[in-house]
Amino acid sequence: MEWETVIGLEIHAQLLTKSKIFSAASTAFGAAPNTQACLVDLGYPGVLPVLNKEAVRMAVKFGLAIGAQIATRSVFARKNYFYPDLPKGYQISQYELPVVSKGSVEIELEDGGRRRIGITRAHLEEDAGKSLHEGFEGISGIDLNRAGTPLLEIVSEPDMRSAKEAVAYMKKIHSLVRYLEICDGNLQEGSFRCDANVSVRRQGEQKFGTRAELKNINSFHFVEKAILYEVQRQIDVIESGGKVVQETRLYDSKKNETRSMRSKEEANDYRYFPDPDLLPLEITESFVAEVRKTLPELPDGKKQRFMRAYGLSAYDAALLTASRELADYYETLVQAVGGEAKLCANWVMGELSAALNQNNKEVTQSPVTAAMLAELLKRILDNTISGKIAKEVFEALWAGEGGADAVIENKGLKQITDSSAIGKIIDEIMAANPRQLSDYRAGKDKLFAFFVGQVMKATQGKANPQQVNELLLRKLKS
Amino acid sequence: MSLTPDDVRTIARLARLAISEQDIPRYADNLSRILDFVAQLDQADTSHVAPMAHPLSSLTQRLRDDVVTETSQRDLFQENAPQVDAGLYLVPKVIE
Amino acid sequence: MHTKTLTQLARDLKARKLSSEELTRAYLARIERFNPELNAFITVLQEQALTTARAADACIGKGDAGPLTGLPIAHKDIFCTRGVKTSCGSKMLDNFVAPYDATIVERLRQNGMVLLGKTNMDEFAMGSSNETSFYGPVKNPWDPTRVPGGSSGGSAAAVAARLAPAATGTDTGGSIRQPAALTGLTGIKPTYGRVSRYGMIAFASSLDQAGVITCTAEDAALLLGAMAGFDPRDSTSVDRPVPDYTAELEHPLKGLRIGLPKEFFDRGLDGRVGEAVYAALTVYKKLGAEVRDISLPNFWLSVPTYYVVAPAECSSNLSRFDGVRFGHRCENPVDLMDLYTRSRGEGFGAEVKRRIMTGTYVLSAGYYDAYYLKAQKTRTLIRQDFIAAFENVDVIMGPATPTPAFGLGEKTEDPITMYLNDIYANGVNLAGLPGISIPMGFVDKLPVGLQIIGNYFDEARLLSAAHQYQRETDWHTRIPKGFE
Repeated sequence: MEWETVIGLEIHAQLLTKSKIFSAASTAFGAAPNTQACLVDLGYPGVLPVLNKEAVRMAVKFGLAIGAQIATRSVFARKNYFYPDLPKGYQISQYELPVVSKGSVEIELEDGGRRRIGITRAHLEEDAGKSLHEGFEGISGIDLNRAGTPLLEIVSEPDMRSAKEAVAYMKKIHSLVRYLEICDGNLQEGSFRCDANVSVRRQGEQKFGTRAELKNINSFHFVEKAILYEVQRQIDVIESGGKVVQETRLYDSKKNETRSMRSKEEANDYRYFPDPDLLPLEITESFVAEVRKTLPELPDGKKQRFMRAYGLSAYDAALLTASRELADYYETLVQAVGGEAKLCANWVMGELSAALNQNNKEVTQSPVTAAMLAELLKRILDNTISGKIAKEVFEALWAGEGGADAVIENKGLKQITDSSAIGKIIDEIMAANPRQLSDYRAGKDKLFAFFVGQVMKATQGKANPQQVNELLLRKLKS
Repeated sequence: MSLTPDDVRTIARLARLAISEQDIPRYADNLSRILDFVAQLDQADTSHVAPMAHPLSSLTQRLRDDVVTETSQRDLFQENAPQVDAGLYLVPKVIE
Repeated sequence: MHTKTLTQLARDLKARKLSSEELTRAYLARIERFNPELNAFITVLQEQALTTARAADACIGKGDAGPLTGLPIAHKDIFCTRGVKTSCGSKMLDNFVAPYDATIVERLRQNGMVLLGKTNMDEFAMGSSNETSFYGPVKNPWDPTRVPGGSSGGSAAAVAARLAPAATGTDTGGSIRQPAALTGLTGIKPTYGRVSRYGMIAFASSLDQAGVITCTAEDAALLLGAMAGFDPRDSTSVDRPVPDYTAELEHPLKGLRIGLPKEFFDRGLDGRVGEAVYAALTVYKKLGAEVRDISLPNFWLSVPTYYVVAPAECSSNLSRFDGVRFGHRCENPVDLMDLYTRSRGEGFGAEVKRRIMTGTYVLSAGYYDAYYLKAQKTRTLIRQDFIAAFENVDVIMGPATPTPAFGLGEKTEDPITMYLNDIYANGVNLAGLPGISIPMGFVDKLPVGLQIIGNYFDEARLLSAAHQYQRETDWHTRIPKGFE
């Protein structure tokens, strides 16, 4: 039996405002418990919400970036349920009339194809606080610093057909919100969160299967694993004659499994109704036009430009534009080197990315700045050092041992380009290895590499490889 | 509209209100009478009427500048709290 | 001095005929003497009041006093008052000390007014008799076996018995106008959005509005001018200049078009109250006004609409009382559900629970369209009636209540008969219009009130119409026996 997976994602992106969506308390992460929870965030009797303009601006910016409709009139509603991290007993959200609707993004599939993923809606709402369970026996501690942080909930259509597509979509949105500078995209701190609606159906069937909502997935990796687990679970349920029930399931990354969240099932009658403390949100054409002016070049456009302007492959361009910061680094580098786009791309995607990954750093935190890397690449281009030596120099740059020129100088890494000097070394090696020489001359071509290696060894890798090749060929043959 | 004792228990649970068993019949009677009374609304023809959420329907939401003006007043605010420790509000364990 | 109006006292203070401290002491003494029998106050702020009064006297001495400096006032216990218990008439908030001032509290404080104390009220403002208060019922000074009305019953009784020269109130469905009518006072509910709701503990957010209960319309004009106006902390507060209500009081009534809705005179109205309305209209005719018969065909929908909208909003507004951050918490909760249900079950009284449950029901899945959405539509019909009427008239007049004050305990058994006491009031809140109730005579030796309803933001006209009636009549000068 062939099964098809159907996935829709609900992404919660915390907006990068200074103050909360309905209060003037700070949204900064990591403060002491409840020191950033003002009367409004605490749901004190008598206090009232006032909407943050910046949150609205950011939502509109996102809407424009995904080619969506911006509602000229949208409404805030109350979603009523009791939970200790929800101080008012209701969450202010948008229900019937969201601020953004009917947009889409395009993702690249593994086979190189593309798929358009519909975005049903994106609406503004307030985040809840946090329940902490450690350190108290049978008790939870409530920290409401996060309560009232603005969220943009981005709801996709059920357009994804595999866990990999879901990851690609999530990465796409992640990249987009960071490009737009509306969310820092920090999954660890929870400023970018994802719930997945997952169902399966038999291949060719029109009707969707019953879905489960997976919560608490806080990495790209876990999205894939959680969905794969859940898909298999649902298939097993159906194939053993059972029925999938509609429910909320929690993903446990330690055990790699999903399990039913009974606490959420209990009261799902949210009794939405328009919040009488807030008036309808009107967004004028001029407001939208102003936001439009602030739109940066978006990932797709930047990628096309990189392919065009730098002659990069689609794959390279996609990698380099995955984040705005990486793309900026790359462009600064190309400019400083004065061209050589391909060489720059190879270094950014190769040595630099590897070092960043290994040290768990963002490109903005790289100890090797674009200017420093440019200096290094220039030394390759002017034959001062070889590409191989350059990697050694890069490590020194990363370790903070100074600029490229200083490192080359101090370590004596300058390339040997004196033909007579290289010729002399070759002569000595030929004399020291008569058997290999005769074998080579008898037709064992493979031994050429042996001689290259010997020369490089003798020069500690500093001989210009091209010159070594040319001279060796000439001398070995004669 | 007649509410049964079970209806009252369901509503009370949704509203997180403990109602003693002996009071349930009285609430069932009261609430049924209220619902009967408001059921008069059915007699009004509202087929072409727009709903009204707010008396000032011509007004729109005012927007606040994104400025932080609140400073921590945690100690003052927590004077009203029944149980706090280390700045946290304490509740029986939240089970997810 | 307690027989004087707020305006007269202001003049005396300004002329240094008396000091704020003397005045404050006089009222505190009356509170001490009469409050035990009336139960109008939940909290009396003896020391704080005297300190403020002395500061006010210093201000007056230096000559930098405003028109309200040194005048005493009482606040309904629904307004948050920094450092003072703010109970909302509920066990839920019996231990609650507000850490901040409501906007109107702040404004009147800045104007130099002296806060005497916090007045009793129906629990969370849900009631029309002040019998749902956790602190016990308030007695009507005109007859202690009768209710003073509600929910601002404590404010009304306090002013009627001259325990305070004026008091604030809130009106969600008649809670200022009805008690003012039943105690022989002037009570104004402004247009929705005219006065900030910040710091006023919410009952039904789309209906709640703060106002004042005073002896005269002149006093109401004085106070409302200081309370009203835009507040950036309340999204529903309207950014629109506040007229000088006092200056507008003498605006001539000649040509004033008064609408008289025939629906107000249907069964349910005590005929003697109707007679009093007609008598009042003859005064207005004498002042040059013209009376027109009008119709509010959807008037009959107002009480049922109100009892869907108000409970729906209250069920959500009161969810924040969960025993976690403030308010009553049950002993030894075994789990979260127990914490919630018992804290709320113990903290709220029967009427509040009834309304929360009604509201929860009308918003719940499967019933929303039939009840809540339907009521939102009938609310539109009710407003449309008023808008149409105001195309032909300047104000609408009628009875404030169907009967004079009823007996304590008389209507507590049947919620519907209690709700119908606000039959003339509810629609005004649903439409968001301003309304004022003024004394227009007596039935069975009990005061009855005339309600004047105005167009949006037409408070100045209501106040001038009320003021000029009060110049022609003396109902508003009567003081209940034993309190002179």
